[in-house]
This record gives sequence, structure tokens and C-alpha cells, in this order.
Amino acid sequence: MSIFVAVQSDDFCVASEYNELRRQSGCGAIVTFSGLVRELSDNQLHSMTLEHYPGMTEQALTAIAEQAQQRWQLGAVHLIHRVGTLKPHEQIVFVGIASPHRAAAFAACEFIMDYLKNRAPLWKKEHTSNGDYWVEAKTSDQHALTRWD
Amino acid sequence: MIKILFFAALRERLDCEQYLLSCDGKMLQVTDILQQLQSRCHNWQQELSRSDLLCALNQQLVPLTASVRDGDELAFFPPVTGG
Repeated sequence: MSIFVAVQSDDFCVASEYNELRRQSGCGAIVTFSGLVRELSDNQLHSMTLEHYPGMTEQALTAIAEQAQQRWQLGAVHLIHRVGTLKPHEQIVFVGIASPHRAAAFAACEFIMDYLKNRAPLWKKEHTSNGDYWVEAKTSDQHALTRWD
Repeated sequence: MIKILFFAALRERLDCEQYLLSCDGKMLQVTDILQQLQSRCHNWQQELSRSDLLCALNQQLVPLTASVRDGDELAFFPPVTGG
């Protein structure tokens, strides 16, 4: 089982990550997830800034990947989160799971995103035509964790 | 010394990124430290009393009952919104 975690300002290439995951021995399924900067309904989002806690973010993401590894049979986990200023449609986060079986890969991918949204020290600030706003945490994201209890 | 970091909206509202607190070698609880910080002014009192305040000790999430010692790194921040 290998874990790759990166917190970076640079963009990532889903195809490159996918090809890396394909090289895992015994891999019969790959599930990938990409999160993007979503436009606001009124097109007023100019950009978004991702702030994080350097050091803790990498540790938290690694710990989440390790938890997933303990719950399911996984070959590899790739977890990339971008920080800094991003424009609408830019990529924010990538989760890639290689596993012998698809059920484990799907479940681990959802588990990692649910935990990332509640445990990783990252914060979004939206820059809009009406001003700058910190994104508020959603209770639906907190509730999503309960399904893994 | 205890190094205290603030992040995101909390950092902006306190207008403070890092705060050094002398603890004279004593072991303290996070709640003791919060009380000291809250006593600085009305704004800090309000911001550091929020019920959704999160705390990390040496880069691990901890409850406010955690014990802190000399040389530790403590951080306070609002609920996270990555992903």
C-alpha cells in the first residue's frame, strides 16, 4: 500500500495521477475524484483563496489516507490539495484510489473526501463582485461523517 | 514560551497571526490559555468564545481540555472548509 500526499499551489494532471495508480500491482479498480472551484449562481466569483496550516495539513491528509487504508483493502491512495488563489473551474483537490475491487475504491474515495472536509486545516475565501467572504462550514459536511461511525 | 497561531477568518478578526505566551514552565490547559487571551480586549473575548472554535496542539486536533507545556505549538481556527 502506498500513500502519496501533496499540498501545493501548482495544478495537477489527472491523467498522470491515473497512470501512476495503474502501475500498482494487484490493482483491479481505480476511482478518482476531482473537486473544482464552482462559479456562484450569479457569476460574481472572481477567484478563491485557499489558506492552510502548513505542516498540519500534510499530516492530517496522511492520517486520513491511513485511516482509509485500515478500513479497506487498497493498493494506493493519491491525495492532492491545492492552496493559494484559484479561478472558477480550476482544480482544487484530487483523490485517487487504486484497489483490487471497485467497492473498496468507491467507499475509500468518499470516506477520504468526507474526512478531508471536516478534519484538514484548509479554509476557502471567496473574492466576489460584492466583496471577500470566508466560506462557512456546512452542517451537511459534518453530518456526512456519521455514516462512517 | 508557547507559540500560538491563528488562521483564516479568526486571524483576520483578531488581526494577529502569531502570539507568544510565557508559561514559566507551568503545565496549562487550553482553556486557561484561552482565558488569558480573552482578557486582552473585548474583541478577543468575543472571537475566542465562539462555540465552533477548533484547536490544534502540535498540529493535531485536540479538545479544549488538552494540557499544554513549554515549547508547544498551539493553534486556533474556525471550522475547516477545504475540499
